[in-house]
Amino acid sequence: MTDGGLKVEQPLESVEALSREAEGLKVKLEEERQKLNDVPLTTVAARLEPVTPLTIKTRKVLKGHQGKVLCSDWCSDKRHLVSSSQDGKMIIWDAFTTNKEHAVTMPTTWVMACAYSPTGSMVACGGLDNKVTVYPLSLDEDVTQKKKAVGTHTSYMSCCTFPYSDQQILTGSGDSTCALWDVESGLMLQSFHGHQGDVMALDLAPSETGNTFVSGGCDKMALIWDMRTGQCVQSFEGHESDINSVKFYPSGDAIATGSDDATCRLFDLRADREVAVYTKESIIFGVNSVDFSVSGRLLFAGYNDYTVNVWDTLKCHRLTILYGHENRVSCLKMSPDGTAISTGSWDFTLRIWS
Amino acid sequence: MHLAHLMSAHGYFFPIDDHVLTVKNDSTFYRFQTPYFWPSNCWEPENTDYAVYLCKRTMQNKARLELADYEAENLARLQKMFSRKWEFIFMQAEAQSKVDKKRDKLERKVLDSQERAFWDVHRPMPGCVNTTEIDIKKACRMNKPIKSTKHLQLGLAGGRISPSVSEADLTSPVETLKHDIDLLKTRVDRCNFKVSKAAESFISYWEQYQDYDPILIPTDPPNPWVSDCPDYWEVDKFAKEIPTKRVRRWAFSVQELLKDPLGREQFVKFLEKEFSGENLMFLTAVQELKCLPQKDVNTKVQEIWDEYLATSAPVPVNIDSKSMNNTKKNMQNRDRWTFDAAAAHLYHLMKSDSYSRFLRSEMYKDILSGGRKKTSVKGGIRSIVHFSKGKDAPPPS
Repeated sequence: MTDGGLKVEQPLESVEALSREAEGLKVKLEEERQKLNDVPLTTVAARLEPVTPLTIKTRKVLKGHQGKVLCSDWCSDKRHLVSSSQDGKMIIWDAFTTNKEHAVTMPTTWVMACAYSPTGSMVACGGLDNKVTVYPLSLDEDVTQKKKAVGTHTSYMSCCTFPYSDQQILTGSGDSTCALWDVESGLMLQSFHGHQGDVMALDLAPSETGNTFVSGGCDKMALIWDMRTGQCVQSFEGHESDINSVKFYPSGDAIATGSDDATCRLFDLRADREVAVYTKESIIFGVNSVDFSVSGRLLFAGYNDYTVNVWDTLKCHRLTILYGHENRVSCLKMSPDGTAISTGSWDFTLRIWS
Repeated sequence: MHLAHLMSAHGYFFPIDDHVLTVKNDSTFYRFQTPYFWPSNCWEPENTDYAVYLCKRTMQNKARLELADYEAENLARLQKMFSRKWEFIFMQAEAQSKVDKKRDKLERKVLDSQERAFWDVHRPMPGCVNTTEIDIKKACRMNKPIKSTKHLQLGLAGGRISPSVSEADLTSPVETLKHDIDLLKTRVDRCNFKVSKAAESFISYWEQYQDYDPILIPTDPPNPWVSDCPDYWEVDKFAKEIPTKRVRRWAFSVQELLKDPLGREQFVKFLEKEFSGENLMFLTAVQELKCLPQKDVNTKVQEIWDEYLATSAPVPVNIDSKSMNNTKKNMQNRDRWTFDAAAAHLYHLMKSDSYSRFLRSEMYKDILSGGRKKTSVKGGIRSIVHFSKGKDAPPPS
């Protein structure tokens, strides 16, 4: 017993010392950051010409789901889309012709996320079944025959994406972890622990050799991860409620977040801090999804008040509002070549805007 | 109009004669909801309340209070659900309707409709927008403690299960604290980048890419979604020359150059002439390695090693001794990131050396001036005709 007592005591002392050190470092960090926060982004951007008036309209309406559309993803061919809905169907669309090419019935009606693989030859989905399942796409046979469960979390799967390869899937889950899976073997290659709440969204760094990704969750934090080591390399706080969406700035130097606190924010990776908040007093509804235009100047955000707001990222003001959906906008994605934005909504439809 | 619609959907005011809570721009009459029933008062009504309400409606024999089909269905369902409590619910409804009867007629009418609107918000007609519904993801979280125990018993039908306990919980507090301190230290060290500098970089990115943003700038051929004509995507098939705009983009960064298949093709040609193609080949191989299924990783690692790094490699690449030692160590414990350090070193080298020479080369200038046919393989020869600088010009092949 005495042995055990001694052993416990020592760590306690060093715990105290270490926490003191940590506190000291936190103070120092805050000071340093304050020093570097010299000029706000809006001031620097004041010299820029205003953006030319936007003429964005609904170009296509994709109807066919019998339930709320919860997630969608573009194919790399720039015109196909996959969408998943609460009616338990996953539909592959040729968005350009608005034709449905596949309608996949899924094992669970609660599918929360879906993703297109980089080559466009398969799609992945998952949700309340805690699993991520891949479906190879082929025109000849029923795609459900070849489906394959790849990974299983201990809670629902909220988001997924293929990192540059058809052979791996990155998932985020309600069990507050993210995981990288080998598609073929179902092996977990890496897991990412650090969030204190459910992971809601993730996005890959845009660089080709990039081994990093960002995740956002209900702990109001956005974390940057190194895929090789599984370590969190950077963290951003500031939101007052759940983060529903994260997206890398096209240069890869910053991330945008959308949150239930009705704001979008821009965090710079190099300056290690928040550099802009996109908000208005009249906006009181949460943000579900955000994405950038090719130049990074426009930030599109889908809200719970059925609208899409378009923000000038540099001048930090709202440029326009896109009306059309008749219920919450649940997902929003810029097409791979930046020619259009797709939105999915609880009103059972998807819309393509340009 | 949008605002009016939203306010109606959340039940702040409502159409007098309809269950569907929308605002139409016609002469329909609307009534304001009494503040007591506003959703901002954090109402979370229960099924029993709903049952009482429906029950009450059946007692009052009036046409305007008759139940809609879906409401009758709901009533039947609730009756089943609360079969034991039904007597109590019935009594409550009776009492309420008695109180109602004491009110004067007009007041009763208004109250009835307000009550109806309240339930239209919280138990909407099928097919209507439901504003009180919560997001499924968030709903899961509320039920979490119950859920997680259930999930642990689930079978492992597909693949593995991710560990439910985070690693941080398993290690001692000292370890966690030490880790935190390390993280904080690196963060303090990283503090050298001013917000103004970040802002400037965003602006220069915008200046560089503003002409390439199809949402802001009209494209040529026109944006397919606007023009309803897919030419924009098929331009590669019938264009004879590479558009100058596209070639200019190659100069933004190595990544931009390699992302464009035509850019990559030209760069490979350039490197071949310089007899330095192996670096790009190595980088491409490393990139491919990352994209392989796990079972093929080991073989590919060996292949890359034999091809580029082993002492007898047929296509040797030159990396510094530090990266080499690093890679040698990684070879003991192979994975898809074995060559990352070496690749990063070579990438940097390529960027500062071959890439910048490519941009200064006659070959690039030639493509940029648009004089060059996309398909001409021997195009490089032409650039030699009017080359001036000895070192920068590609040697005749």
